[in-house]
Amino acid sequence: MSKPSRDWLKGVLSAYDTIVIGSGLAGMTSANLLAKMGHKVLLAEHHYNMGGLATWFKRKGGHIMDISLHGFPCGMIKTLRKYWNQDISKRVIQLKNIRFDNPQFSINTTFDKIDFTHILRERFGILKEVIDEFFVTARAMNFYDDLVMTTRDLFEKFFPGRTDVWRFLMEPITYANGSTLDDPALTYGIVFSNFMDKGVFTYQGGTDHLIKEMKKELLRNGVDIRTHCMVEKIYVEDKTVQGVRINGQDIVCKSVLSNSNLLTTIEQLTGEEHFDPEFIKEVKKVRLNNSSCQVYMGIKRGETVPHVGDLLFSSVADEYCTDKILSKDVTSRTFSFYYPEIRPGTNRYSIVSSTNARYQDWANLSEPQYKKDKHDLEQSTLDALEKYVPDIRRKVDHVEASTPKTFKRYTLHPSGTSFGTKFEGLKISRDLPKQINGLFHAGSVGIIMSGWLGAANYGVIVANETDKFLRQLSPSLVTASA
Amino acid sequence: MTMEDVRQIILSILADIAPDEDISSIDDNTKLRDQIDLDSMDFLDIVMELRKRFNIEVPEKDYEHLATLAGCVSYLTPLLKDRQLAS
Ligand SMILES: Cc1cc2nc3c(=O)[nH]c(=O)nc-3n(C[C@H](O)[C@H](O)[C@H](O)COP(=O)(O)OP(=O)(O)OC[C@H]3O[C@@H](n4cnc5c(N)ncnc54)[C@H](O)[C@@H]3O)c2cc1C
Repeated sequence: MSKPSRDWLKGVLSAYDTIVIGSGLAGMTSANLLAKMGHKVLLAEHHYNMGGLATWFKRKGGHIMDISLHGFPCGMIKTLRKYWNQDISKRVIQLKNIRFDNPQFSINTTFDKIDFTHILRERFGILKEVIDEFFVTARAMNFYDDLVMTTRDLFEKFFPGRTDVWRFLMEPITYANGSTLDDPALTYGIVFSNFMDKGVFTYQGGTDHLIKEMKKELLRNGVDIRTHCMVEKIYVEDKTVQGVRINGQDIVCKSVLSNSNLLTTIEQLTGEEHFDPEFIKEVKKVRLNNSSCQVYMGIKRGETVPHVGDLLFSSVADEYCTDKILSKDVTSRTFSFYYPEIRPGTNRYSIVSSTNARYQDWANLSEPQYKKDKHDLEQSTLDALEKYVPDIRRKVDHVEASTPKTFKRYTLHPSGTSFGTKFEGLKISRDLPKQINGLFHAGSVGIIMSGWLGAANYGVIVANETDKFLRQLSPSLVTASA
Repeated sequence: MTMEDVRQIILSILADIAPDEDISSIDDNTKLRDQIDLDSMDFLDIVMELRKRFNIEVPEKDYEHLATLAGCVSYLTPLLKDRQLAS
């Protein structure tokens, strides 16, 4: 049983400069930066662990399972160094064996521009000039581009009719952020180019290590961290933030930086009545991104798994197809293989299978049906894995599945969204402070601001805005640190 | 603060942001981006650091002035000329 809620707020101050709602990577990164800038920061997280979707769990038999540590772009090294610390950034290592296996092709790659250029030429027979031009176009895309062009248009232009090439270029990105061929091409260009820069990277030590180190750094910088603390309400008067209610207790603050889902922040925590009706009209148009299912497989102590790849995009579908990728009738899975190098010294292996999924496919099942469907998902996943790791059933001693309902329960995200909102959410997120003084949102939004790198960097961008706001309130706040 | 003081401050901020780069070899009149590996997040860091150290706000429309070291110096010196260098 959890203790009475007031314990979790014991010793809390009566007022803060900023209250950060949620300890996802965006929330933690902005809390850390704001504290370093000299502001008094409270970080409130409803769960007992920090990290949000950057999380892990432990199971009997010494198993540790990572939820969203499958890979991120090398830009994360710089982000961790600049906004966290050198030691944390030094733990980032490359995953060199990315595999595709589907009816159209079987390919191993380091997932960077040089290797992709080579594969597109040799394997898919694309002209060098076309490939170069494609990379330049993708790299040049930015936030200010027009939104008319979709990723489908982009592919159609460079690789007309080549659904095999489309799949090669798109499938990993669909897994990375839920985007589809119908999303704006710039969301593809930005994320794809980030990966193509140098490849796919991970964190040595596992998610648990990372979050523990981040927690230490937050405490060093003076952030007041409170887990088991649900923010229930953001108080607004005269279009200005006044404070929040946490576990039934009111706390005053000059600004709120919400890492809770964008729509939850507006509709539930703040209340639509505080916004312009025109703004709310736009809010209603924001589409949530999809959710996920995962199957976690813990390998017995002493057992090994041969090196079959770090990340494996496997599919039995004829062609790339978003609908099929989202379907409950799973044809595509991304397997992440965690070898002992991920957690040096433990000598343990685990495998996680991820699929994109729709909340509504899982939300309204009867309890027995839900259990059965989860069980079927576990079994069909083991069947699919058998092809790559023969005898897998003999090697595992823990199998467990999560669904969109699981993601919703732990993160409170509506429909268990894994990657925030579609592109239109970004503008809403950016415009919040224009609606309400002192109200900021940072977290997975707009496709480009999702993933570990996107969320953390967006936390920095919004911390900058929050700092600017706070300094305008108290211009004397100059920290002359050199 | 003199122009040279401002120049040194910018260089020290750049050294923090890009510790692996040879800051001393930066040419004042060539775009910073063409000389060292800087992205838009790094420019944001420069702006945040200036606000933190000197309480000066560089509006987004003025970011273009920060493209070269000489540009930084001529944009920032008037804003900083009455300040004492922190010891
Ligand atoms: C299955 C899966 C696999 C993924 N794989 C990868 C990957 O390999 N690489 C990658 O880069 N990205 C991956 N991602 C995406 C990445 O994990 C997320 O984009 C990123 O972690 C989101 O960070 P965030 O800051 O938006 O916040 P979140 O992680 O969404 O956290 C929000 C936090 O706010 C808290 N909260 C919400 N409301 C309240 C409230 N009212 N009071 C208190 N606390 C509240 C929640 O509990 C949560 O801790 C994956 C995501 C999923 C679901």
